[in-house]
Amino acid sequence: MQTQLGSSDDRYKLLEKSMKKLGYDKNALIEILHSAQETFGYLDKETLKFIAKRTKSPYSKVYGVATFYHYFRLKPKGLHNAVVCLGTACYIKGADKILTSFEEKFEIKVGATTRDELLSLLSARCVGSCSLAPVVLFDNKPKGNLTTEEAMQKMQEMLND
Amino acid sequence: MINSLEELEALANTKRCNEQNCQEELRVCVGSSCASLGSENLKEILDAAIKENDISDACRVKAVGCNGLCAKAPLISHCNRATKISILYEEVEEADLDELIQSVLNAAPVTHKHCDITQDFFAAQTKIVLENAGIIDPDDIEDYIAHDGYKTLFETLENKLPNEVIEEIKKSGLRGRGGGGFYTGLKWESVAKVQSEQKYIICNGDEGDPGAFMDRALMEADPHRILEGMALAGYACGADKGYIYVRAEYPIAVEKLTRAIKQAKKLGILGENIAHSNFSFNVEIRLGAGAFVCGEATALITSIEGNRGNPRQKPPHLSDYGLFGQPTVLNNVETLANIVPILKRGAQWFKSIGTASSSGTKVFALTGHIQNSGLVEVAMGTTLRTLIYKIGGGIPHGKKFKAIQTGGPSGGCIPESLLDLEVDYESLKKVGSIMGSGGMIVMDEDANMVELARFFMDFCKSESCGKCTPCRVGTVQLTELLDKFVHKKATKKDLELLQNLSHVVKDTSLCGLGQSAPNPVLSTLKYFENEYLEGISND
Repeated sequence: MQTQLGSSDDRYKLLEKSMKKLGYDKNALIEILHSAQETFGYLDKETLKFIAKRTKSPYSKVYGVATFYHYFRLKPKGLHNAVVCLGTACYIKGADKILTSFEEKFEIKVGATTRDELLSLLSARCVGSCSLAPVVLFDNKPKGNLTTEEAMQKMQEMLND
Repeated sequence: MINSLEELEALANTKRCNEQNCQEELRVCVGSSCASLGSENLKEILDAAIKENDISDACRVKAVGCNGLCAKAPLISHCNRATKISILYEEVEEADLDELIQSVLNAAPVTHKHCDITQDFFAAQTKIVLENAGIIDPDDIEDYIAHDGYKTLFETLENKLPNEVIEEIKKSGLRGRGGGGFYTGLKWESVAKVQSEQKYIICNGDEGDPGAFMDRALMEADPHRILEGMALAGYACGADKGYIYVRAEYPIAVEKLTRAIKQAKKLGILGENIAHSNFSFNVEIRLGAGAFVCGEATALITSIEGNRGNPRQKPPHLSDYGLFGQPTVLNNVETLANIVPILKRGAQWFKSIGTASSSGTKVFALTGHIQNSGLVEVAMGTTLRTLIYKIGGGIPHGKKFKAIQTGGPSGGCIPESLLDLEVDYESLKKVGSIMGSGGMIVMDEDANMVELARFFMDFCKSESCGKCTPCRVGTVQLTELLDKFVHKKATKKDLELLQNLSHVVKDTSLCGLGQSAPNPVLSTLKYFENEYLEGISND
């Protein structure tokens, strides 16, 4: 039975399919959220409600899990994204300064998207490329050994692309 | 399908024979550091060049896992099977590939970009866990089998009883490599003893410690060895189901493990009645979603069950009440990677490496202000000085060493006066740090220790799950106090408060995250108190 919520959108069908594969199992909630985020790019309330209904879980539970983990986004991403790694190795090599320079230049705080939805500025706990510290992922492509100036230059290159 | 040890060996031999004619092998490292500098592209170019020159019978290009010397990425090694000579090239660029192909074609030597594999970085290491890394193709189960992979599992199923496996692991003195250092054999025994229809083996690949990438490299370079270790744990403890909990931030590790499981299932190495024995074992992957607290055993388990990763009080221990309420063994990736070599070469051999209380080796991710940053594996008991100066090549730009941080946000900073410390579980604890999962971050004279302590406290603050008050409130208060020191606005009373509060959080938090969160503060206070005193304002 198709619910009202998802009837008009093919992406809901995709999500439905992966939930079915997981047997609508409550224990697989995190897996379901992963595949929902992959499909929609982020998790909005409608999606979370849909998942709650299909897995017969309370909405509060689904919302609680989605907000507990850093990996899940509740807001849409911008056209481009830059993830500044803030692992210890990157931190001691000046990643915090790179992040601050981005924040000042684009007038947004980390975690936010610019008003024109061109750029999402994010941070990561550690991307595991510590030998290349400091590392920034520009549209998921890692660039390492960056100075603040180089980072800004790479950022501009990405945005102009 | 492989149904017996003979069939496994036959497959290994066929694979070896097939490759015998192919004398030359170019191994392109596609580990995280090399890949981010475009090594996959290099591999494609090499592949095309081999085809173009029509030498695919004589030379093979192989994508392999981490070589270790990530500071010199991308790395490509050229091996000749007949002469057994292996040459490593560092910082390879597209422009160098022509010469490399020429050297394969005409045996003409490449004149530059040689990386000396006799240098201390390689020579001072002892590779057990990482012995296959950089050598085998992680995407090819046959390559693993040709390197004696799964042989230990099949031999054990044929010749050993589960309690004999546990005895061997107990005798080896292997301890948990995730940081806790609990004896693996004892852990297995406590689960094996419990009578239960269903038991679980969990592999903890949620490497949350910022500044550590050992498990990532292992999962990416040699996924089958982890599966084999899990299956052996399952056989020893009477479990038929395993879960690998991996960070979603490690997509390549997830991909390699997923492929490895699929290949092993197809060959019947995982699944029902492995090698016609009564033993069945299946493995599933569960994705983490970025929560440091999920490295804690009870939090990880509740996360696999699809909940918020809140830890709970112990007891009951996981051996009695683990995943879905069933007896569960939870081991770290590196611990499981040690199982195969122990069973293959014996507990005595393993015990002969390392120190009396900590046998074997440990993999460290050496990063920060250091010349040769990368992945290293050394025998337990190696001194910090050897790690930093011999293997690490010292501090760049002629700067002075200040401190080395081990154990991530749960560990501490060790000053220069203690550089001759022989690294093992006990010695690190004695000086106020911990082994942790194996991140080692070197800091030069310019590093500000108070800022570093604040960085870690801020991390623990945002990672605190909020269940218990000392951790939830304490980490916030501690961060604010440290802020005052960073901005040089603290008072003498603040220093006292900082110390007291650190001890309260340490003593009264529910789980390891809170209990160890003050470690960076306490250790920097111990060794670098003057920097805190500088943060006290005089007015």
